[in-house]
Amino acid sequence: MKKFANNVDHMLIESLTGFATAHNDLVEVQFDPTFVSRKHKSHNKVAIISGGGAGHEPLHAGYVGKGMLDAACPGQVFTSPTPDQMLAAAEAVHADKGVLFIVKNYAGDVMNFEMATEMLPFEHATVLTSDDCAVVNSTYTTGRRGVAGTVIIEKCVGSLAETGADLASCKALGDKINLHTSSIGAALTSCTVPAAGRPTFDISDSEIEMGVGIHGEPGRRREAMRTADAIVADMVNAIVHDFEAKQLPTQGEILLLVNGLGATPLMELYLIYNTAAKLLTEKGFGIARSLVGNYITAIDMAGASLTVCLLDNEIKQHWDSPVHTAGLRWGC
Amino acid sequence: MHSSVINRYAAAIRDAILAHEADIECLDREIGDGDHYINMKRGCEAIAGLADELNTLPAADALNKIGMKLLSTIGGASGPLFASFFMSMSKTLKTSDTITTLQIALAFEAGVQAIIQRGKAQAGEKTMLDVLIPVATTFQQLAEQGQSDKDIAAALKPIASDGLESTRNMLATKGRASGLGERVIGHLDAGAKSCQVMIDTICDLIVSGQ
Repeated sequence: MKKFANNVDHMLIESLTGFATAHNDLVEVQFDPTFVSRKHKSHNKVAIISGGGAGHEPLHAGYVGKGMLDAACPGQVFTSPTPDQMLAAAEAVHADKGVLFIVKNYAGDVMNFEMATEMLPFEHATVLTSDDCAVVNSTYTTGRRGVAGTVIIEKCVGSLAETGADLASCKALGDKINLHTSSIGAALTSCTVPAAGRPTFDISDSEIEMGVGIHGEPGRRREAMRTADAIVADMVNAIVHDFEAKQLPTQGEILLLVNGLGATPLMELYLIYNTAAKLLTEKGFGIARSLVGNYITAIDMAGASLTVCLLDNEIKQHWDSPVHTAGLRWGC
Repeated sequence: MHSSVINRYAAAIRDAILAHEADIECLDREIGDGDHYINMKRGCEAIAGLADELNTLPAADALNKIGMKLLSTIGGASGPLFASFFMSMSKTLKTSDTITTLQIALAFEAGVQAIIQRGKAQAGEKTMLDVLIPVATTFQQLAEQGQSDKDIAAALKPIASDGLESTRNMLATKGRASGLGERVIGHLDAGAKSCQVMIDTICDLIVSGQ
């Protein structure tokens, strides 16, 4: 393993301290329990709080700021944060209109947030994100994972909360976007959890993992390496099938997000975008909004995910509204 | 049961988890995300750090303290699950003045039930429960029959190993491995392995009379 590190046990603290210092106009960080909150506390709005394991940067701390999250609780690498972090964050940022937690659907995240809400003295609700169409949903499984669609949900729900909307409306918008969004990831390599010191899985130059999540774990299938067009076509088809399974229209305006998993350069991400946009347009979608870059990563995994969100006027309005965070900024 | 016994077991568990680093990490890399061993180690070390404080507490309070510490230290799925186990064990033991083997067995069973509730999982889903449920059932049966601690401990070791082995050919329908579908067949579950290691360690201490 070769990483910029001093001591693997201190990486999270050193990185978060750097993050908070670099963006000291936007955020503050507290340790023990650890959470990142806005520099200037908001008033009279639903407090939007998210959290998850480290290793997905800029998610979630990178989305704390005006128009998005009020606070984020980072866990250890790929490990859900703990209830005391969520309680401390809620205590610090709640602004009399309740607390909305945005939680990616993983067993650990769900349980820790659940235990926090059982102890929380404020009105609260939770949006569980589950946009990954590589995992088949069933009553017998943990269910679909929350992946890059989470960024869209945090952006739009954050925007709605700024208008003074109530807790139920914020939750409803989050749930709607989750339903309207499908994602799928493909990986060329695994990633190295710093404390583990070696890649989570081995893979040859002639293979890819299709249907990966964001934790460097193997995907749904190991497949032969092929051209970008062939890989992207399979990803687009998986998303279209998922739209059909969810009985969503397979035409209309969409937001297309091509997300890098950490070690894939923008040149390749835009190449993927080029193919995906062409294929989705041919299928009858109109690409109304686009985002290309590293927004929810798996440390140093080479790979990318495609996310398609079916837009309506409400989602479009909240996607376009001003946002000022370390990870996303436009309109202000 | 005095808190010094709990501390002795906790120290032995930490040593055993550290000794099994390679096996546990390898299993988690195959069908997980490579963080299980690190989380177990962090939890074990946090409890080792509580030793002096635990020594001053009654056993039930010490178990509750362990649960609270694990809840704020481990994270992931293991944190809430192990925390629920110890906090529920504590609650059960609090109801009696003297602690017998049967009461410990009933508290263990209550702890396992708390894991079932928190994780919304059952036996056969390729998780730690495939070790814990059969161990809890046998523990209670043998304690009710009035068998000695040594005999019970000796009997639970193969139950835990068999439970671990049973996860090999299961599909994972809970937890991180559930995203892998059929690919998990042939692999043991890392959480089940950690539980088997911990139970085996305590049973060895009891069998050897320590």
